Amino acid sequence: MTQSGQYNFAYLDEQTKRMIRRALLKGLAIPGYQVPFASREMPMPYGWGTGGVQVSAACLTPDDRLKVIDQGADDTTNAVSIRKFFQRTADVAVTEDTTDATLIQTRHRIPETELAEGQILVYQVPIPEPLRFLEPRETETRKMHSLEEYGLMHVKLYEDIARHGQIATSYAYPVKVQGRYVMDPSPIPKFDNPKMEMAAIQLFGAGREQRIYALPPYTDVVSLDFEDHPFEATKANHSCALCGASDSYLDEVITDDQGTRMYVCSDTDYCATRRAQGHVGLQGVPLEDNAA
Amino acid sequence: MTPLLKVENINKFYGGRIGCADVSFTLYPGEVMGIVGESGSGKSTLLNCLAGQLEPDGGRVMFDTRAEGMKDTVSMSEPERRMLGRTDWAFVHQNPRDGLRMGVSAGGNVGERLMAVGARHYGDIRGKAVDWLDRVEIAEDRVDDRPSAFSGGMQQRLQIARNLVTGPRLVFMDEPTGGLDVSVQARLLDLLRGLVRQMGLSAIIVTHDLAVVRLLADRLMVMKSGHVVETGLTDQVLDDPQHAYTQLLVSSVLQV
Ligand SMILES: Nc1ncnc2c1ncn2[C@@H]1O[C@H](COP(=O)(O)OP(=O)(O)O)[C@@H](O)[C@H]1O
Ligand SMILES: [Mg+2]
Repeated sequence: MTQSGQYNFAYLDEQTKRMIRRALLKGLAIPGYQVPFASREMPMPYGWGTGGVQVSAACLTPDDRLKVIDQGADDTTNAVSIRKFFQRTADVAVTEDTTDATLIQTRHRIPETELAEGQILVYQVPIPEPLRFLEPRETETRKMHSLEEYGLMHVKLYEDIARHGQIATSYAYPVKVQGRYVMDPSPIPKFDNPKMEMAAIQLFGAGREQRIYALPPYTDVVSLDFEDHPFEATKANHSCALCGASDSYLDEVITDDQGTRMYVCSDTDYCATRRAQGHVGLQGVPLEDNAA
Repeated sequence: MTPLLKVENINKFYGGRIGCADVSFTLYPGEVMGIVGESGSGKSTLLNCLAGQLEPDGGRVMFDTRAEGMKDTVSMSEPERRMLGRTDWAFVHQNPRDGLRMGVSAGGNVGERLMAVGARHYGDIRGKAVDWLDRVEIAEDRVDDRPSAFSGGMQQRLQIARNLVTGPRLVFMDEPTGGLDVSVQARLLDLLRGLVRQMGLSAIIVTHDLAVVRLLADRLMVMKSGHVVETGLTDQVLDDPQHAYTQLLVSSVLQV
């Protein structure tokens, strides 16, 4: 790394990247523990994933193939601008192919395709503190984590059931990591929670809140629940209108002024790959016709 | 009999001012100790030192722990002390807002201590919550309402239910009838007396209201300017006060 051209590789200076890597290593050593870090100003607003971007910047190497998704899609504004940012600042190869990517930055989803060893999944996190809902004092939540006082998490779930008849929390569903820390998985749908027990490394960056946390491969990740209201990884009870998949998380799309709805895979790469393989949903057309 | 609590020479200063000084006493299981005295006499300071909410400047608070017998709660580790705070101890604040989660339903408030010690069956937790609401005379159909929709008296009864649901071995109460209307106070006192009798509670109750200790306390400590000036059986102290200050207090000459 002597060439001056690489000094600002991936935008952040080497000093900052080292600081972030130290936080990441600490996070990996203590799965689910929120490590404070000195978040830097990034040339994009908070809420656009500055935490995730800094984590990605600290992990990227010139040989990486980067994929960026927002709500499962590669082509949304947020995903496109982050991908362009790293193309410009790091000159890395980019891909939409989940299997082909070495580093995936995501907001609100885990890809449907199972990730493999050697891959890194970076989450953008708005609120890293799962106890914030009931205990706003930071000094107190830190103490609760260090003493494993997690009764409050179940109070939150209790309130859900009392009010809605079931656990209505469907995003950012809290998990217990390796039998120790309770963690906010970022606003992914609870459908994705079981996928967090995976072969890839998972890194979480919260820019505004200046926290990093991590899950090493194959970490135990258990969604909190009650014995008589067990956790369920639910999704819309349909199959994808385009590719017919019944095992993927679906977005509800309104297709005309009459309010006609259809359900399609939120993971655009998964859907496209299936259609390329010849799968066709009820409202889908074979890919060749579509292109013609 | 082994004491439940043995307080030895507790001191607490606020800068140069005395909060409480040289307080010692022993509480046996099933006993209710009343602490009385005018406003500013150091009652709350003492109670907070005993309950681990304030760190005393000197002295020991020996508590009969389940695992290790008599142990000084002042010098034990914070995790251990906090554990006592959610299992063996309960604390009823004067202002229910300090002792309740105002954004959580009544059922959630009562259930919190159960969940804190590992209860994971929603139906059981809710059942116990409803049962406890009933015991403090709150109708079952209020179980999902937030305390902010409750009257002051109901809030205080809810706070009591929330504290007693796990069967604590020692209950600390600071002016439990404090901010309430007289008629509401009477009902709460009646309720408290019933619970103390039924559960055989051990408790330390701080109050400036002698009617409260007359009904609830087996023994009394009278405090003035941070010091204990008289102790004894409740009836003895109230009917035949020895210290001049207690005589004033009892004759209601003092504005308390
Ligand atoms: N946080 C504090 N800082 C300084 N002085 C205090 C504080 N709390 C109480 N005091 C003082 O300590 C004395 C005892 O107060 P307190 O324990 O609240 O009495 P009580 O509960 O009997 O009314 C009073 O003189 C009071 O002004
Ligand atoms: Mg007081």
